[in-house]
Order: sequence, then C-alpha cells, then structure tokens
Amino acid sequence: MKPSEVAVLLDEPACTHNKKAKSGCSKPTPGASAGGCAFDGAQIALLPIADVAHIVHGPIACAGSSWDNRGTRSTGPTLYRIGMTTDLTEQDVIMGRSEKRLFHSIKQAIETHNPKAVFVYNTCVPALVGDDIDAVCKAATERWGTPVVPVDSAGFYGTKNLGNRIAGEAMVKYVAGTAEPLPPPAAAIEYAEKRGIKIHNVNLIGEYNIAGEFWFIAPLLDELGIRVICTLSGDGRFHEVQSMHRAEVNMMVCSKAMLNVARKLEDRFGTPWFEGSFYGITDTTQALRDFARLIGDPDLTERTEALIAREEAKIFAALKPWRARLEGKRVLLNTGGVKSWSIVSALQDLGLVVVATATKKSTEEDKARIRELMGPEAKMVEDGSPRALLNMVKELRADILIAGGRNLYTALKARLPFLDINQEREFGYAGYTGMLELVKQLALTLESPVWTQARSAAPWAALRPAAPELPLDADDLPMPLDDGFDMDDVHDHHHAAA
Amino acid sequence: MSEIIKRSKAMSVSPLKASSPTGAALAFLGIHHAIPMLHGSQGCTAFAKVYFVRHFREPIPLQTTAMDQASSVMGADDNVIQGLATICAKQKPAMIGLPTTGLSETQGTDIARLVKDFYRQHPEYAHVAVIPVNTPDFTGCLETGYALAVKGMFEALVPADRTRVGLRPRQINVVPHASLTPGDTEALKELIESFGLRPVMVPDVGDSLDGHLMPEDYTPLTLGGTPVSEFATLGEAAATIVIGRSLDAAADVLAERTGVPDHRFDHLMGLDANDRLIGVLAEVSGHPVPERIERQRAQYQDALVDCHFMLGMARVAIAADPDLLLGMSEFLKSVGSDIVAAIAPVRAPSLDDVPADKVHIGDLEDLEIAGREGQCQLVIGNSHAVSSAERLGVPILRIGFPQYDLVGGYTRTWIGYRGSRQALFDLANLLLEHHEEHHLIAPYRSIFRPAEAFAELGPATPATAAGGLPIH
Repeated sequence: MKPSEVAVLLDEPACTHNKKAKSGCSKPTPGASAGGCAFDGAQIALLPIADVAHIVHGPIACAGSSWDNRGTRSTGPTLYRIGMTTDLTEQDVIMGRSEKRLFHSIKQAIETHNPKAVFVYNTCVPALVGDDIDAVCKAATERWGTPVVPVDSAGFYGTKNLGNRIAGEAMVKYVAGTAEPLPPPAAAIEYAEKRGIKIHNVNLIGEYNIAGEFWFIAPLLDELGIRVICTLSGDGRFHEVQSMHRAEVNMMVCSKAMLNVARKLEDRFGTPWFEGSFYGITDTTQALRDFARLIGDPDLTERTEALIAREEAKIFAALKPWRARLEGKRVLLNTGGVKSWSIVSALQDLGLVVVATATKKSTEEDKARIRELMGPEAKMVEDGSPRALLNMVKELRADILIAGGRNLYTALKARLPFLDINQEREFGYAGYTGMLELVKQLALTLESPVWTQARSAAPWAALRPAAPELPLDADDLPMPLDDGFDMDDVHDHHHAAA
Repeated sequence: MSEIIKRSKAMSVSPLKASSPTGAALAFLGIHHAIPMLHGSQGCTAFAKVYFVRHFREPIPLQTTAMDQASSVMGADDNVIQGLATICAKQKPAMIGLPTTGLSETQGTDIARLVKDFYRQHPEYAHVAVIPVNTPDFTGCLETGYALAVKGMFEALVPADRTRVGLRPRQINVVPHASLTPGDTEALKELIESFGLRPVMVPDVGDSLDGHLMPEDYTPLTLGGTPVSEFATLGEAAATIVIGRSLDAAADVLAERTGVPDHRFDHLMGLDANDRLIGVLAEVSGHPVPERIERQRAQYQDALVDCHFMLGMARVAIAADPDLLLGMSEFLKSVGSDIVAAIAPVRAPSLDDVPADKVHIGDLEDLEIAGREGQCQLVIGNSHAVSSAERLGVPILRIGFPQYDLVGGYTRTWIGYRGSRQALFDLANLLLEHHEEHHLIAPYRSIFRPAEAFAELGPATPATAAGGLPIH
C-alpha cells in the first residue's frame, strides 16, 4: 500500500474526529507507545467472518501470538477459529519464495477446508520485500474459482485503527456488491405475511458479537421484521458481505473505526446510515428508534415503540433488585473515545455513579457528550498512567475500575474490583438482556469477599517493624493501565489531526 | 446459622454415609505397628478393607472377630479374646484397635470388659495396647467413628498428669480430623517444622497410608503412623492443635488429662484459618514467620482475586462428612460462591455454621435434588457423586472418602495457603472448562437467515463461488 493510499484512508470525511482538534491523536512515540498495529486491527475486524479461511501471510510472530484470541462467536461454521499462516522462513525471504508459498498456502486452505472465501492478510516482511499479494490473490481466484481477497495490512502502515479501516476498505472494494442476498427462509416470509409485516433489510457495521452478545439483540430485530443482511463482522458469512449493498439502512455500531465502510456504501449504493450503540437501555432503545426512523415505515415505528415499551418494562423490573444493590456505587471508567460516553449511559441506567472517565482518546464531541451525561462538573482523566488512575480511584473514592482486560491484572494487584469490557471478555452486555449480565458481573466483583482478604495484611506483620504499605497508590506498577490494546481501538480511532 | 433438614424419607438412595467402624479403623491405621480388628462378622471387615484399599491403593491391615451364627446368638466374647490373642501371637502388634459393629452392639457386647478379660487371661500381652471403641454403624458416620477411636486412644494411653506441660517446649501435638488427607498432614508437619517445632500427629494416617514403597515385601501391620510411645509424651508438649469439631470430645479428654493448652480449628482452608494457624505457630515457637510463608500468603491473595471472577456467585453443591463440609463451604464462601446444596450424612455441630441456607442430612440423591433445584454449576463430593454430577450435567471436584476412580486423590493437599490456592485454581478451571454450558449466551439463529448460513463447511469439493468473484 502506498503512503498516499494510507493518507486517503486516514482522511475520513464522514468522521467528526476529522473536523476538530483531537487530544491524544498523535503519531506513536518510540519508547512510549502501546497498542496494536494495522495488521492486528485488520485481522480483528474481519476474523469473525466465520466461513472464510483467514491466512496471515508473514513470519510467525504475526499470527503465532494472535490466533484464536477472540471472544467472538458463530452460529454455524467454525473455520474462523483455525489459525492459518504462511509462517515464512529465512529461505523464503532471502530467495523470494514467499509469494509461491502463499499461492500454495491458499491451495492448501481451499483443499483442506473448502472455505467460502480466503482472506490473505499482508504483514510487514512480505510488504517490505515487495510481495504482490494482490496479484497472487487474483491468480489464485482464477486458478481455483474460490474468492481470494487481499487485505494489505502491514503493521508498519500505522495503528490498529488504521487496520480496521483497511479491513473495511478491502470489503467494500473487493467483496460488497458481488452477489445478491439469498431469499429468507419460507417460514420467515410466512411469519411476516401472517402479521402483515414488511421485511426491511439492514447492515450492522462494527458489531463483533463478543461473547455472543448480539444474540440478545437479534430476536428483537427478528420480531420487528428487520432482517440483518450482513453484520460486519460478528457471526458473519462471506456471502452476506457480498450482498451488503442491498440493505436499506446501515448502522455503525458504537464505532467510528469503519466509518469508511458506511460512507462508501452510501456513496456507491445510496444507503443511509446512523451511529448507535447497543450498550445500555437508553442506547438500545435509541438504536431501535433510529432504524425505524431511517426506514420510514409507520407500521414499523409503531411496532418498535410497542416493543421498546415492553422490553423496557421487563428489564426495569428485572433490574430492580440489582439496582438496590448497586445504586450509588462509584465507578472510574477508563475506556477511550466513543465508549467513554456510551458505557456511561449504561452505567447510569443501573444507578451507578460514574465519578470520572478517561478522555485521553476522546474528541471534543465526545467530551461534550460526557458533560451532557455527567453534568458540567464531570471529571475527565487525561493522564491514563497507572499512578494517576490509582490516585484518582483513591481521591474520588471509586469502588470499581471498568476498563479493558489488559488492565485487569494491574487493577487486581491494586486490590481493586474490576470489570472487563474488552473484546476477550466472556460475558455479553449488549441490549436489554445484556444489562442483566452486566449487573451480575458488577455485583460479583463489587460484593466479592475476596477484597477484604486481599487487602488484609498478615496478622503477624504488626509484630514486625515497618511493614510496607499496600500499593493503592503504587508508583511502579509493571504496566500502564492504559495500554490502548482493547476494544476501544475497534470502537475508536486515531489519526493525525487535520 | 443454617437450617438443618432432617432425613424424611424411608430409603437412603446413593448413600453418602460410610460407617463409623470404618472411620474408627482409619484412626487406628494411623498408628505405627497397629491393626484394627472389627468386632463383627467377617463382612464388616471385608467391606471396610476393600473401601480403604480402593481409596488408598495400599494393602490395608484389618482383622475381624468373625462372628458366625452360633456366636452371634450364644455370645461372641470368646471370639474377641481369641482374636486378640491370635493377632498378638502372630503379628506382635504395638496396638490393636477394637471397634464394635452394629452386629456386636445389637448383641450387647461389653467391649471394655472383654479387653480387661483379655489382659487378665493373657498377661503376656500386657504391653500391647488394645483400644476398644463403641462404634455401632447405626450411629454416626466415618468421621464420628474416627473421633471416637481417637478419644478411646487418649483415654487408654495418655497419662493423667497435668504437671509436665511444656517439658518438651518444641513439641506441638496435632489432632487432625478424619477427612484430612495424607497430603494434608504431610504439609502440616512440614509447616510446623519450618518454625523449628516438632509435630506429633495423632493419629498420623499420612505417615502410614501416604503410599510409599518400603523395604519389607509384606507386613500384616501398619508401617508408619504415630508410635504408641508418643502418647506418653503428649502431656509434655507446649501446645495442641486440633482440627475439626468432630474431635471436640477427644480434645477435651486430652486437655483434661494433660493440661496442655489447645488451639482448635474448624478447618485449615482459606486465608483466615491459615492466618490464625501461622499466628499460633509463631507464638508457640517464638520463631519469626518464614519469608516463604509470607510469600505463599501473598500468592494465595493473588489467586483469590484472579479466581473470584469465575468462582464469585458460582452455585456449588457439596456432599461430605460434617467437618469437611464446613471447611469446604466456608472456603468457597470466602471467594464469593453460593452453596446451593449442602449434604451431610449425619447431624453434627459443624453443620450449624455451614454457610448455606439449608443443610440436608441425607444422601447423594438429596444432593442431586437440591443441586438441581439450586441450579448448581459444580458438584463437590466423593467418587460416588460422579454419577450425580453427570446426571446434573456439571463438573465434579472429588473430596473425602472414597475416591476410587482417581489416582492420587487420597493424597492431595487442600490445606495451607498453597493447598487452598491449588483448590481455587482447580475449582475455577472446572468452571472455565464447562463455561460453555453454563455461562455462554445461547446461540440465536435469526429467522431471516437462510439455512446455508448455519451449515458447517462440507468436505473439500471443487470450489463453487457463492455469487460473484471478488473485483480484483
């Protein structure tokens, strides 16, 4: 990929980040950077497409430590969980045999697994030695008749967020619009006809079905007669990506990283889109309303309102006993960008008090949203270092830290209750039903008896002089609390300020 | 305090209970050069023997008074005298344990008098300690019988002399309950030794039944265990540690006879119990707490916070003898789990404090019913509970007696910071492995998606592109 192409991807006209100065969006600083690379971002964005063979073209480091590392789940094929890499050797690199190895790897993947398509992720070494993966993919497609799609995502192109965008770009460029959707099953058509419902087609972009949480939403959409043509990419299928141009509305789910997909689908096929989130009652309701609004079917609007009323009543009743337990608990939120406010509303729905939120990766708009939600006095944390965060926890008397999983063990070392909201988590929090899981997990850690035990000094320590203090304000925690290596990156993005 | 639900059905199904003579035999097996002889029919001994052989995977010395039809009706006193004399002549034991059984107790044996008669008739065996204990199997369970045997040994062998306390300032007596494993007692001894103290474990099943090869190819008696001579030294110790409420009566006898101060523990799992134990050892020894132990404590705390995500709110069903049930359930409670089913074979003081709403006196069928009702995610129990767990569709962690389908289960260490830490890991891992069935969101297949989307990819065939090829 040429620098000019990278620059075009970085310049996303549909993105609000592009219009205003954004704090913390600078080039990575050697020695003081954390977070994934473009390859990481591209792979993460597409790996959930379940019936595709995902081949990482490069030496072992790229795939070796990253395969099968996601919480995303499928209702059908499990091919996406099989790690595939060309595992390039020194000889391949020196002798220029890596293209040939890739070609044969594609053949092997097709012959062994009969995938619906093959995605080839380019990485630094082949990019540097000049492998033409586009040509290899084209030749392989012609040779075996199975679609082979290049995803040119060498790590050095940029950050993980750029990688998300590269992935989206590859889907729009090579795949979208190459096939028509299959008709829905007869039973579904009958279901719709019986009720006099018109079926409407939509896409979800940037929904990853973490821990299967989209399965909390899907039944609601089914009930409304909203057919998801394609989810990019949770529980996705290749054919669905091919036919995503047939949607009437696209939803960008809690994400700006793949905005380019929504914008280009709008440019090419005229599909309107909106940004939304399925975290929290307020946001889930808003997302359902936005679908109805953009689709513009009065019958759908009416049924949507009825469904919202029913579901909200149900969930508020179910949450009542939990609210009593959690009400007033103080939360320090350390997530980036969009999540810094979308999760706030979910927590407020539960009666928790968000005492501060990290804004290192947030735009001015994000911050405005935070003030709107948390009041003008909203405490924003710019410094995401462990020391600053833990001091903040102490100062603001926070009861729990909510952040990405990479921060988990740092929080635990500080004997601090913790909730993981990143992509490797094992619990789904989306939609109305997901809130029940969220409260359960919050209560589980907040009310756990382990904290008193973990904070207790050995009883005999008192007998000895100068026992060391417990590290609630540790200066020297081993890793940064904000290492940027979590779902925030999928939900957010960095690029040079315009 | 939990509500105790008494047995309310006629029949015990999938019994949890093992008999009290079996428990008494276990206590005697922890004494060096000893052999228990059950006063009952041959079967009483044979079943107990097989029970322990399968559990410990060791030869088990166990004899019987072999009551037959005639002696059962006409009197079996001679069987006892004759049996004791035969064992003394042939095996030259240091101790013979003499638990009664349901048969001999129903018949009305006076086992204490028989032992006196034996010594009168056989003064040449006066040096052999014969310990009678009343353990009809219609009362109590394994834990009860064990405790009665320990009490019987103290009554028979510990001199009533309260003037000698602390003459052995480095000696600490340890009385472990029936469900502590050889691994537990071994770990406990090492811990005590690390404070420069000399532990005397009574009985010491860990020394005799830990599974070690020995120079002798066959021995009719126990090899290893507490030497009978140690009973005389118990009164000279600096302190006694008692683990398990079932031993309260035995501990009372020991304290009353010797005046040695005792420290009683319900169990040695989790932070609080071990903190207290280390405190006692540091105080008795005047020895600073070894750094290694501080480290183990910190490791345990770390494991607690790491595992609370899996074990917090986990719904657990436990079936075990009372002391073990109390220890295991308090341990699980300390990491935030809920005890949704707690089953013990008999009523005991330990049950009052089991942190569960209800404790059932019952069997493994009750475990299954209560576990199902409480939607348990994990069963903790003996090898018999494996099929209960299977029927409930949940994993099992094996504890207690018997563990016949697991090698080495009998010698696993549960106590101390380290044993507790491993228990946390194993419990958490069992839940992680079964995460799928219990935590994961059930896959939902949209009605609008064609069946093709759910099909697993077929065997490799010449590829057919679904729709068009990519635009290269």
